[in-house]
Amino acid sequence: MKIPKQTLAFLQESGGLARFAGRVFTEGLHPPFELSEFLRQCYLIGNKSLPLVGTTAFIMGLVLTIQLRPALLSYGVESELPYIVADAIIREIGPVITGLIFAGKIGSGIGAELGSMNVTEQIDAMEVSGTNPFRYLVVTRVLAATLMLPLLVLLSDAIAITGSFIGINIKGVMSFGLFTDEIFQFLDFTDVFPPLIKTFFFGFSVGIVGCYKGYTSSRGTEGVGRSANASVVIASMMIFLIDLIAVQITDLLGFN
Amino acid sequence: MTDMNIRNDEAPVIRIRDLSIAFGTHVVLDGFDMTLAKGEDLVVLGKSGSGKSVLIKCIIGLLSPDRGSIRVLEDEVTEMDHPALDRMRSRVGFLFQSNALYDSMTVRENLEFPLRRHWITLSQGEVDDMVMEALTNVGLAETVDLMPSELSGGMRKRIALARTLILKPEIILYDEPTTGLDPITSRGISDLMVEIADKYKTSSVIISHDMRCVERTSERIIMLIDGKCYRTGTYAEMSRSDDPAIMPFFQ
Ligand SMILES: Nc1ncnc2c1ncn2[C@@H]1O[C@H](COP(=O)(O)OP(=O)(O)OP(=O)(O)O)[C@@H](O)[C@H]1O
Ligand SMILES: [Mg+2]
Repeated sequence: MKIPKQTLAFLQESGGLARFAGRVFTEGLHPPFELSEFLRQCYLIGNKSLPLVGTTAFIMGLVLTIQLRPALLSYGVESELPYIVADAIIREIGPVITGLIFAGKIGSGIGAELGSMNVTEQIDAMEVSGTNPFRYLVVTRVLAATLMLPLLVLLSDAIAITGSFIGINIKGVMSFGLFTDEIFQFLDFTDVFPPLIKTFFFGFSVGIVGCYKGYTSSRGTEGVGRSANASVVIASMMIFLIDLIAVQITDLLGFN
Repeated sequence: MTDMNIRNDEAPVIRIRDLSIAFGTHVVLDGFDMTLAKGEDLVVLGKSGSGKSVLIKCIIGLLSPDRGSIRVLEDEVTEMDHPALDRMRSRVGFLFQSNALYDSMTVRENLEFPLRRHWITLSQGEVDDMVMEALTNVGLAETVDLMPSELSGGMRKRIALARTLILKPEIILYDEPTTGLDPITSRGISDLMVEIADKYKTSSVIISHDMRCVERTSERIIMLIDGKCYRTGTYAEMSRSDDPAIMPFFQ
């Protein structure tokens, strides 16, 4: 039997990515740790995506509220609008939208940066200079992406809920106290934690895909563009896949 | 075995025997031999794509050959583990064909990078002195806080050279140090290379197409043709050769 070329390429790519991810654990768990580079990456990654994440979150919260209002009104449960919007944001919209923006902004950035470092032999130069480039470049970025995305999601949830509060007050009147009471009365552990856990996986996949595509990009300048592009596409696909798996697991565990 | 009787400073610093490497079916080096004596400046000449960069990447351990032996400062590179490679690399400087300056770091950070090695413990004052000494050697002390993107091509080459020199290597591998530079800058770099060789008593392997640089810096030339050491001799001997494989380089 002959395996089609695309299937083979896909399998090779997934195998390469899996081995690369394994290396992050084997190499990342031993000293020396590149602490200052890690903190610098956390700052850069958070800082770069914050404005975009904040703006989209605000708009999502506002728009969602305005659009859901008529439907809830017709069922006579308008008072539950804060909780329904907040739950949708915390469970799905916040993590996925933030994750996708993160993939677009940070995944492509990492892919292009490491890709151009590879093409211009900067990675070889680090190796020759006695610094393990995998630890210095890859482990720090993957770790920073894994930790920063959950923080960004929490922030974007808060901003989106603020947007929702403003959305409610455009058409009606509700005090902020009542608004938060409405949300926290129904919101519990199972609404908040499973989505938060999946965002660590989202962050990890954005980091690992960007690093993999950049670090192993083919030589030449068009390789840089290709690795940036592929980073976004693959990371976005992985976010949806992980989302799909996460919902099955939480469902099985009865947390839904 | 006879090496043991020879005085230490006469033993070759690099000795390559039967070096072979192929990428897939594409054979690049095929039984290449080379010896670099202590203090010697050796130029490797060959067509574009003949494997010159591959050769020095094998010497520094960035590529591992399929066959053959590479002894650098008495130790076999092909058998080194990672810590041993690191030690060897701190004694051998490598100037990349593309400079390979870190473009997210300032000139100072670029030069400090080779000093990050864990067994090197220096005070900030000592580090600053080493950075300034290396920059002064290449005549660019005033660029210390600039980014590589703010420098011209010739300046970047000299900064890359300063970064290579900062650990005072015993051997320097130059990959096309003057390619793409104007004749005057190129002349300046060649002079600098000779000056460094005299000042620090380094041995060097120089890859170059620039015949003026070759004439200025070489004590001996090796012709790399078809993956082998085709011929070796001084610049004067080679330029007089009537071998059709050698002549085109000297015209
Ligand atoms: N990592 C690699 N993977 C596959 N092939 C390679 C690799 N590195 C070099 N080659 C091949 O080896 C050959 C020699 O390359 P090398 O860079 O050593 O040439 P060169 O002699 O330095 O040429 P130039 O003067 O243009 O720099 C080329 O044909 C190149 O395609
Ligand atoms: Mg080359």
